[in-house]
Amino acid sequence: MSTPPTPSDATRTPSGLHVPGYVRDPDTHPPLDYPEYGSTALRHPKRPLTLLPHMLTEITAPVLGQDRLGELDHDLTRQHEEEPQGQRIIVHGQVRDSDGRPVPHTLVEIWQANAGGRYRHTSDNWPAPLDPHFTGVGRALTDAEGHYRFVTIRPGAYPWRNHRNAWRPAHIHFSLFGRAFTQRLVTQMYFPDDPLFFQDPMWNSVPDPKARERMLASYDHDATEPEWALAYRWDVVLRGREQTPFESEEEILEDDE
Amino acid sequence: MSTYPTTPSQTVGPYLHIGLPWPDGPYAVDEDVPGALWIRGTVHDGAGATVPDALVETWQADPEGRFDHPDDPRGARAHPGFRAFGRCPTDASGAYGIRTLKPGPVPGPHGDQAPHIDVSVFARGMLNRVVTRLYFPEEEAANAADPVLNGIGDPEARATLVARREEDGYRFDIRLQGEGETVFFDV
Repeated sequence: MSTPPTPSDATRTPSGLHVPGYVRDPDTHPPLDYPEYGSTALRHPKRPLTLLPHMLTEITAPVLGQDRLGELDHDLTRQHEEEPQGQRIIVHGQVRDSDGRPVPHTLVEIWQANAGGRYRHTSDNWPAPLDPHFTGVGRALTDAEGHYRFVTIRPGAYPWRNHRNAWRPAHIHFSLFGRAFTQRLVTQMYFPDDPLFFQDPMWNSVPDPKARERMLASYDHDATEPEWALAYRWDVVLRGREQTPFESEEEILEDDE
Repeated sequence: MSTYPTTPSQTVGPYLHIGLPWPDGPYAVDEDVPGALWIRGTVHDGAGATVPDALVETWQADPEGRFDHPDDPRGARAHPGFRAFGRCPTDASGAYGIRTLKPGPVPGPHGDQAPHIDVSVFARGMLNRVVTRLYFPEEEAANAADPVLNGIGDPEARATLVARREEDGYRFDIRLQGEGETVFFDV
């Protein structure tokens, strides 16, 4: 593993300030225009994206701390007087960057459907019951080694109207900040062996089948707690730092001029 | 050199409102801080319809162009009462509002960048966020010298990044597609 650039790698020149940027990872992500997901039709830009060189605003981000968290935000089974229905699970993992470095003390937000596949949201009105003991929202900070841990229930699959007999595989929405604006990521975690992937445009929108697998949690027997809860492990990888910040910033700016 | 491949993005979906908004999200600055202003706007789709299920996030420097972040080589510096980060879901009419301070100029590799705010838009129907930048209409000289604005050849496209002055702040409408489409960045 090479040594990461640090703020001291920033370079002052007579005209300004160079800072190390972040690796671009366009091959990982779904396209904004993806006809199989009907709602993208009117919500994707037609003009090509303009390359934004990474400068100070892009390599920084809010440093969010414990004050954003309530005491039980990490445990979605204890946010009401009684426990929610469903299979109790532990979801845990490590947030790293693409150089393998842990991303410590960063905010992880999750939201999900209940065990019957229904969200506590005014627009979700398909005929599955709401659970009075489940909100479906959690927050946690990663620890010094980038680890996060939630206790929740396994969400159900649910139908939607994208195509005939469309069903979303069970998933948990994740939102991560990382330490830079460039690292911001909102994604979904899926469960192994779900039979619904073949017809799910969200899953299939990720072009590389190997990249799809990176949205998949794995059953973790070591973290499973006897007579209490099954565990799933899901690691998240955010973009890492560029190794040659000076050159790449120059190239990007010259390309644009 | 990347050792570990990154995790793909997925849409926030139609139920983002249960998970992402914060009660204090629209307030990047405390109410009583001098100089506080509103950034308001509406998000539109390619048919001109408003987008009621989007989330707008903003990130910016403080009025002196500084960041409260360890990777700012000038040193992290907090501005009292200022979070620098705003987050607001669009309402039923597609509108959002962020209460914040006007940022100062920020150093770039070839001189100062004009005051700007980085803006992310997440929504149902978007498999990844889109990113744009907000600039200020009264900063004509700084905008004319800004490396990012100058990277956009078409003046009409460039104009989509400049907010409009309003009584208590600025208006910054976002058009995801079609006529007047906002310039979005590969970040």
